[in-house]
Amino acid sequence: MSGHIHLHEENEHCRELLSTLGEYVDGTLSTELCSALERHFRDCQRCRVVVNTLKKTVELYHETSTDIAIPDDVRQRLFLKLDLDDYLK
Amino acid sequence: MDEKNQQNIPQPRGEISVEALKAGDREAFANLVERYSPQIYRLALKILNDPQDAEDVLQETFIKALRSISSFEGRSSLSTWLYRIAVNEALMIVRKRKPEIVSIDQEKEDAEGEAEPVQIVDFCCLPEGDLLSAESRRFLDDAVLQLTPALRTVFVLRDVEGLSVRETAEALGISEVSVKTRLLRARLKLREALSGYYAERVSERSEK
Repeated sequence: MSGHIHLHEENEHCRELLSTLGEYVDGTLSTELCSALERHFRDCQRCRVVVNTLKKTVELYHETSTDIAIPDDVRQRLFLKLDLDDYLK
Repeated sequence: MDEKNQQNIPQPRGEISVEALKAGDREAFANLVERYSPQIYRLALKILNDPQDAEDVLQETFIKALRSISSFEGRSSLSTWLYRIAVNEALMIVRKRKPEIVSIDQEKEDAEGEAEPVQIVDFCCLPEGDLLSAESRRFLDDAVLQLTPALRTVFVLRDVEGLSVRETAEALGISEVSVKTRLLRARLKLREALSGYYAERVSERSEK
């Protein structure tokens, strides 16, 4: 029974910390909250996985952010539309 | 610095002169287009997922920029100003597509709490080849499109285009607090989607 209560409290704590994860990932969270989070991660595997995969998610999007280049024909039509075709290199 | 001196000193490399743009200098405008069109096109494509719509947004953005440069007050950077025009153009197309979805009740959305993470799979250890295969990249793009327009625009500006929280807020005309709230929500949703997707790869690897 006490185990159940403990688990419930743990979940509440995890939920509270959830709102700080964005700033934690960006490195803009206050030192104090940062240490509180990191203390929690030591004991809570679930939150550790959540924060690691959250960081990884952001990294993957950073890494693929330059995948899209502007196609040549799109660029040419843009310059033409703006009457800037004499500047097309 | 008086005007004459300013003309004699070349602009630092990479700088585009707002004064020249306002004076109708075509070369300055061509430089602006050259510099920012890749980002604007990418932003539009990430929000709309349709090359034709993205091209329309791209063209409209620079047509409007040309028309309204005289009223540019320099409160934000030129790039943020362009992003703002482009986001508005893109959202207009989203609204035309699905008017019922984008009657966005933003306040309600911002007031909702974070959804508790459900998928607990540590996919970080997967090799780069699995994480960024062609199929995975398609999944990453599709997952962004599943976000609501309000979350998607914040996420694309901040995490794809790399704008700061403040620049994102300026480009969208919302508060920095809203940017942070929406960004975390978008990231958590994407984390959830990616965890579900990569879970299979993780279990395949652990079986080997």
